[in-house]
This record gives sequence, C-alpha cells and structure tokens, in this order.
Amino acid sequence: MEVFVQQVINGITIGSLYGLIAIGYTMVFGIIGMVNFAHGDVFMVSAFFALIFLLVLTSWFGIASMTLALILVMVVSMVLTGLLVWAIERVAYAPLRGSFRLAPLISAIGMSIVLSNFIQVAQGPRNKPIPPVTREVYTLWQGTNGYPVNISLKQIIIWVVTALLLAAFWYVVQKTALGRAQRACEQDRKMAALLGVNVDRTISLTFVIGAALAAVAGTLFLMYYGVVVFSDGFTPGVKAFTAAVLGGIGSLPGAVLGGLLIGLIETLWGQYVSADYQNVAAFSILVIVLIFMPQGLLGRPEVEKV
Amino acid sequence: MNSALKSNNGAGIDFGRALKDGVIVAIIAFALLGPLVGLKTDQNMSNELILQNRLGLAAVLSAIVGIGRFLLSAFVYPWVAARGNRTKAAATLAELEARAKFAKGLSVTGLIFLFVYPILIISLFGVQGSIKWVDNYGVQILIYVMLGWGLNIVIGLAGLLDLGYVAFYAVGAYSYSLLAINFHLSFWVLLPVAGLLAAFWGVILGFPVLRLRGDYLAIVTLAFGEIIRLVLINWKDFSGGSAGISSIPKVTMFGIYSFDVSAPNNFAKAFHLAASSAYYKVFLYYLILLLALLTAFITMRLRRLPIGRAWEALREDEVACRSLGINTTNTKLTAFAIGAMFGGFAGSFFAARQGFVSPESFIFMESAVIVAIVVLGGMGSMIGVALAAVAMIGGTELLRELDFLKKVFGNDFNPDQYRMLLFGLAMVIIMVWKPRGFVSARQPTAFLFKRKTVSGDLVKEGHG
Amino acid sequence: MTTSLRTWDSDPVLTVEHLTMRFGGLVAVNDLSFSAGRGDITALIGPNGAGKTTVFNCITGFYKPTTGMMSMRPRDGSLHLLERLPDFIVARKAKVARTFQNIRLFSGMTLLENLLVAQHNPLMIASGMTILGVLGIGGYRTKEKEAIDRARYWLDKIGLIGRADDPAGDLPYGAQRRLEIARAMCTGPDLLCLDEPAAGLNPRESAELNALLLSIRKDDGTSILLIEHDMSVVMGISDHVVVLEYGTKIADGTPTETRNDPRVIAAYLGVDDEEVEEIEHELDETTGSEEGRP
Repeated sequence: MEVFVQQVINGITIGSLYGLIAIGYTMVFGIIGMVNFAHGDVFMVSAFFALIFLLVLTSWFGIASMTLALILVMVVSMVLTGLLVWAIERVAYAPLRGSFRLAPLISAIGMSIVLSNFIQVAQGPRNKPIPPVTREVYTLWQGTNGYPVNISLKQIIIWVVTALLLAAFWYVVQKTALGRAQRACEQDRKMAALLGVNVDRTISLTFVIGAALAAVAGTLFLMYYGVVVFSDGFTPGVKAFTAAVLGGIGSLPGAVLGGLLIGLIETLWGQYVSADYQNVAAFSILVIVLIFMPQGLLGRPEVEKV
Repeated sequence: MNSALKSNNGAGIDFGRALKDGVIVAIIAFALLGPLVGLKTDQNMSNELILQNRLGLAAVLSAIVGIGRFLLSAFVYPWVAARGNRTKAAATLAELEARAKFAKGLSVTGLIFLFVYPILIISLFGVQGSIKWVDNYGVQILIYVMLGWGLNIVIGLAGLLDLGYVAFYAVGAYSYSLLAINFHLSFWVLLPVAGLLAAFWGVILGFPVLRLRGDYLAIVTLAFGEIIRLVLINWKDFSGGSAGISSIPKVTMFGIYSFDVSAPNNFAKAFHLAASSAYYKVFLYYLILLLALLTAFITMRLRRLPIGRAWEALREDEVACRSLGINTTNTKLTAFAIGAMFGGFAGSFFAARQGFVSPESFIFMESAVIVAIVVLGGMGSMIGVALAAVAMIGGTELLRELDFLKKVFGNDFNPDQYRMLLFGLAMVIIMVWKPRGFVSARQPTAFLFKRKTVSGDLVKEGHG
Repeated sequence: MTTSLRTWDSDPVLTVEHLTMRFGGLVAVNDLSFSAGRGDITALIGPNGAGKTTVFNCITGFYKPTTGMMSMRPRDGSLHLLERLPDFIVARKAKVARTFQNIRLFSGMTLLENLLVAQHNPLMIASGMTILGVLGIGGYRTKEKEAIDRARYWLDKIGLIGRADDPAGDLPYGAQRRLEIARAMCTGPDLLCLDEPAAGLNPRESAELNALLLSIRKDDGTSILLIEHDMSVVMGISDHVVVLEYGTKIADGTPTETRNDPRVIAAYLGVDDEEVEEIEHELDETTGSEEGRP
C-alpha cells in the first residue's frame, strides 16, 4: 500500500511534466494538423537554457536564494525557448504551410536532428549534473512495515507550478482574443483569415505558447532529476505525444489527463511489472490507444467524409 | 521573406530592408546562441559544472547568421522571385519531358559507373587503398539506396508514411545473425528467409495499424520500431541485449570461395593473391549493388502490374479505390510486406557485412534518415531516391575526410560530430527549397499513344 | 404507363427497405423504402440536406446503416444484402459502382491509368495475384490488352480518347465528371450510382451527359440511380423519381407524377423563393424533352 501510494506520487509528478509537454503537441496538431516532431527536443533545449542560466545566476551573480533563482531561470528559459521556437517556425515550418503534407513533418524531423546534435556539439555529449536544488523531503506517514511515504519539496514545486501554469494557460485559451483566434483557426483557417484573424501570427503564437510550457517542463525536469543530456528530448517527447494521443489529440484537458495517466502507468509498471520494459509499456499504450480508440479519451471521433 | 519579395518586385535591390533583416536576425541569433554556444557547461576537477565563456564565438556565429540573412534578403530572394515569375508558367510538358530524358540518361550512365566503380577505385588507389572508398562510400551508400527503394514502395507508391522501417531492417539482420550462428546456414539460404520473416513482420505489424490515417500511422509505426528495438535490448537471452551479437559468419561466394582468412578455400589464396580484406569488400559491393538493382527491377515491374497501380491509386484517393472494389487493406498490407521484405534483405546483408549487430544500429534516427532520403529524392522516383542517398549519405560520409579542418579550428575539432547536424540542416533546407523532393514528376505506367510525364503538382502524397 | 408495368415493382435491381441512418442524435435518413427498376434510370431528388448522399453512402457500403435492409440483384441472379457488405465488396461482388459529389479521380494518374485501376480485380486475377506477373509468366499481357481496349472504348464514348495519356487532374471540370462515370463503368457494374453528375456542368455538357447516361443504359444494360438537382436531367431522362425531404420519402413515381405532387412542390417551396422559381421554370420547360434548358 505504501509502495503504491509512493509510486502514485512519483507518477503524478512525472505525469505533470508529460502533460506540460503534451499541450504543445496537441495545440499545434489542433491548429495545423501537424505533429511537431521537434517538440521533444525543444523541451531538451529549454532544460539546457535553464541549466546555463542557473549556472550564470549561481556562479556569476552568486544568487543564494534557490527560489528566486528557479523563478528567474524558468522565466528566462520560457522566453528564450519561445524565441527559439518562433524562429524555427518561421524558418522551417511557415514556408511549408499549405504545401505537400509530408514536407512539414520531414522538416520537423530534420529540426529535431538539428537541435539534439547542435546541443551535442555546442555543449558536449556528457551528462550535465547540477547540485540538488533542495533536499527537503516530508514524510507523509510511516508505513506499518517501516516503508515511509514521502513527498519531496521538488515534487510539491512541480505540482504547484504545473497547476498554476495550467490555470494561466487555460485562461489565455478560453478568455482572451488570442484563444478565440486560435479556436477559429482550428475550425477553419480560411474563414478565420477572411474575418480578419491574423492566421500566421496565431499559428506562430500557438507554437510559442507550447514552447513556453515545454520550457516550464524542461526547467522542472532539470530541477527534479538534477541532470540533463543532449539526447533527453526523444523519449519524453514520444511519451508526451502518447499522452496527447491518449487524451485525445486536439483536446487540452485531454493532454493533461493523458500526461498524468502516462506518468502513473509508467511508474506503476516499473514498480510492479518490469523496470526493463518501462518504455515498452509507454510505446505499447500508444499503439493500443491509436488502434482501438484513435479519438482518445476526450477527443471527438472522426467521421470519414465521402 | 514576404517583405523581401514585395520590396523587390520593382527594380533594384532594397539594401536598407535587407540590412534591417540581417541585423534583427543577428540579434535573435545572439540571444539564442549566446547561452547555448557562448556559455559552455563543463565539469571541473571536482565534477562540478562550470561555465566556459565563449561569447566571442557566439557573437561571430550570430554575425555569420545575420550576414547570411542579409545576403538572402538582398540577393537570393529577389533572384528567386524574379526567376519564379519567369519560369513558373513555363514548366511545360516539353520541359518535363526533357527532365525525364535527362533522368533516364543519368540512370544509364549511373548504372555503368556503378559497375565499373570498384575497378576504377582499385586502379586509382591500389587494392589496399580501395577499401575505404568501396566500403565506406560504395557499400554504405548502396545500402541506403536499397533501403530507400524498399521504403519508396510504402511511402512513395502507396502513400503510407512508415516511420518504423528500421524495424524490418533489424528483423532481417537478427534473423540472419541468429540463424547463421545457431543453425550454421549459409547467407544464400538465409537471405530469402530473412526477407520472408521481415515481410511476415510487416504483415503482423501492418494489419492492426493500416486503417489508421495520416500522422497517426506514422506515429504507430514509429512506436512499433521502438518496441522492437527495446525488446532486442531487454530480451538478453534471445538477442544478446545491448551487447549485440558478434562473429556473424561472412558471406561466401556461393559456397565456392570463402572470405575467412583461415578457410582452405579462401578467395585470395585460391587465386594466389596477397591477403587483403579488399576482395571481400569488392564482393560485398557487387552483392549489394545486385540486391539494390533487384529491388529496383521488382519495383518497376510491380508498378506496371495491377497491384502497383492500386498502390498509386491508393495514394491518390483511398475512398475512390474502395468504390472501385479494391480491397485497400490487402493492398496496403502488400505494400507494407514487400517494402519490409526488401528491408529484411538489406538487414541480412548489413549483418553479414558488419559481422556484428546490436540494437544501436536500429534506432529511430535510422528510420528518419531513410524516410528523409525517400522524401528528399521525390516520392515514387527511383532515380531521385538514389540521388538523395548519394547526396545525404555520401555527403555526410565526406565530412569524415575533412581532417584538414583540424588545422583551421584546432585539434579538438572533430568534423565527424557535425555529420548529423548537417544532415538535419540539409533535411530542413531541402524541404523548404523543394517540398516535393528532387524529382517529383511521375512516369505513367501505361499509355495509349505516347508516354507523357505527369507534373509533380498533380501527384498526391497520400494521407496514410 | 400503367401501374402494373412499373419495373421497380416487378423487377427491381435494388430494393431498399426501412433504411434508417442516425449520426448521434441526427436522423439523416428515416425509414426509407424504395426500389430501383432493372434497366431504369432512377432519380433521387430532394432539397439540400435531405439525406440523399447518405442514402448513397449506405447503398455503396461506406456507411453502415442504423437499421434497414438493402438487397441488390445483379444480372447473374445472385442476391446481396448490401448492409452486410464492406464497401469494396459492394463494388466487387454486388456490382454497384458509384461516383462522388466532389469528384474523386486519381488526379496524378493518366486517364488510361484511371480506367485500368477500375479493372483492378479481374487484372489482379490475371496477374496471378501479382506473383506470376512479376515473374512474367501467365496470360497477363493479353488480359491487360483487353483491359486497355475496354478503356479505349470508354474513352471514345466520353469523347476523351485524344487525352488518354494526360493526367486526369489536367482535365476541365465537365470532362472530369464524364471520366469518373467511365471509370465507374469500367468495373462492369449492374447498378451505377451517380452523385450529382450534372453539378457544375454547362447546358451543353448537361445535354451530353443525358445522352451518355441513356447510351449506358441502352448499350450496357446498366441500371442507373442518380442524385440530381438539375431538373433537366431528372425530368429529361429518368423513368422513376424518388423525392426525399429531411430523410423521409415524400413522393415516389414517374417524373410526371412526382412533378405534380403537392408535397413535392411544398418541399421545394420550403427552400428559398429563387430556387423554387428556377425549379418550376425548369419543370415547365423540360418535361418530355431532352434538349435541356433553352
């Protein structure tokens, strides 16, 4: 029982990160029907931005307050990752809009290769460990067999930050003009353009928002695991995509729900079934969901038009 | 880009605008490269991360990016716009025909060149010196040509985006390795077996997923590819895990001559030649050349058969296919299985050539490279795919040769590291420049009066 | 024409009984029953959104109806329950071919190739399910020649023989419509379902279409079921008209009968005035003549 609760806590933590990344996939897919393959690598680059600025703050400016450092680092990483993705979108995706369907996908795969190899070249191929941001751990209760159920401060931070950002994000999408423009483009891009929505800008901003959320995930990822390496984009990327699909691609609550479920399934599978086959489980879920309910948990079923 | 185009519709080059573009881009580049390149994280003696200041380098790179942008805005875009206005309307049938003729000529010359290539290389570099050119370039590129042609059936003809093709390559490689080691069967027996096993897996994996459409199919095939790789890593009893399988038997020359140094019927000994691995490499070169040509030959035949036409029709419009009584599931499965079979052939060749296989060789990046070759080449075009394989694989192989760059950038500089980076960049650039790949025109499979090339603009890319 | 001679009662090629199709809460087709006579040209008409295309999609197997039975009797005397068959079997075994409202040609393939793809199933057998074909043995070559001859016949018939080797996507709109009909005919159907074949055609093309459909019926003995808004086509060539409104049948009979049916007039009056005027005008102009609009 204690083990189970502990794994649920861990699972929700990882799941929150997957959910944050998944939103980027689901939003971009919703608006232009493209799987942004480079999104996982964008997440990895954002963790590097966070890493570099954390070092700048601590070693150059000597900031001692970890809370302040974390907030600053997160903001910087969000801004820079947003800028990066904006540039990528302009250079590699926007010229291909309305062209051949495979072209943006191939371009995105190319971008994914570029990003991970660029980081490898620029920052070196080795793991980048940082000292733990905090070691604070709270014991929720002491189990009967001496196995305690813990929640660390890091986990609490992840839960709180994720919840706050999702709330802010939800507000943007539901209540602002940008959100309306986004939904309009999702429904019918041509009509939206005729009604005066700046479609190009809306699409760019969609990419940027997704990137900013991925940057939050990247910063939290770095804080939680205390290490990042250039190849860290692919697997979390695929898992987050799985989350988006599981939740129903195009559905924002679905992405978060999917993320949490993937996080839970993954940790519980690792605990109770086989740690070796943890990633196989994630991929298998992806396959099973796509085959048996391609509309996902919260997505709408697609009716074939004849 | 639009602004650049607009401003240059008239006469002259708008340097002011180009300069502004260049400066803005340089600033953005510095914002991104500043931290990523300028502040390199390194571990010091006590294993703590420290920052190494390389902001100067970042500034130089950003300036280069800015200048590049300036040149694009000032010269390239206006030039492209001017050229586009002139030739867009003139992409006539005659032009298409001329291009098709050129491609045909190119394939004939290319074929002759491929057959004399090892002889040419040996006469240029000697027996021992030929190894690198025959193996690293010849064999390596031809493997990708074959994989590209195999995947071309699935993506280019049937329009099904398969991102897990490397799984079938792995099935072929492991089938050959395990059966050759455990049952001591020869390559020539196992080649068809490996192909059939790969085709079998193609059907098994294809059956549940082929009713999915578009990007979903791509993602599921990617997942399948990863599952197979992860199983190969974790199922150690079966596959040797990440350590892989080594001492895989070499191919024999149809059982008559062996390339094992210790064997009594060793090829070099039999002909009283100096011992060298070059003969084996040349033999492998011709073997993969023939396998690749077999793929090409069968594909060309299939295109003219009802199944091939059904594949292309499927790519054009699946609903219409069903309305004509075509069993689209079976048609897709056939494409999947035949594509997988060629992947299996290539895989068993790969295992025999390397003498060693491990899951490391079958990562997703391999699938991405093969897909890139097919799409960059122009889906459905054999010659385009071959050209793309030469450009992408040969081009990145060439980077290994650029050792002189060490003299320029210092000894730490390893051009090999930039291989995949440049590969990715090339993918993006070629897609933006030619979204339909090098050769997009299509040759009809039958004609009443005259074979006319179909412009790539009309050919659809499938939705599966 | 007396009631007893109505082929759709005495010798139906297709019988639809109690067909209902729901999409979630929406009832697109509601308890529809009608028959199409063998050798008849049957028109399915009705205002926009009446559920005509849905009926087509049910008949051709693209949609599985919620309830109902559709029986198809090809010339060979067999009986097929269409609601049980997947779409491609409907085309292959039950011999129902169709066209689409938004033309679905293989635009990157030539006209000839389009017509060869339509003969996929017999050619597939001729090529020994590909295996013999790859090896170059068996009588595939001769069978392919026959298929090409058949394609040539149809290209000739639709007046596009000169463009046989051009890509289908290059054809003008009207020619694409004709090619789609020819492609459907190359499957050798007993029932040809046409979804608005005259949509977007000019009067001359519309008249050509009428002639083509009549000759298909005469030369090939193929029964035709068509959805149409163009009353010159409907009234000009059809033997039997079924009128739908909101998924329900409101009239069923000869063109003359339905034309005078008050419910049909009301249904069309329910659309907007301009369209009603147009239709009334067309009804007056074209009954009994084949020239099309003046």
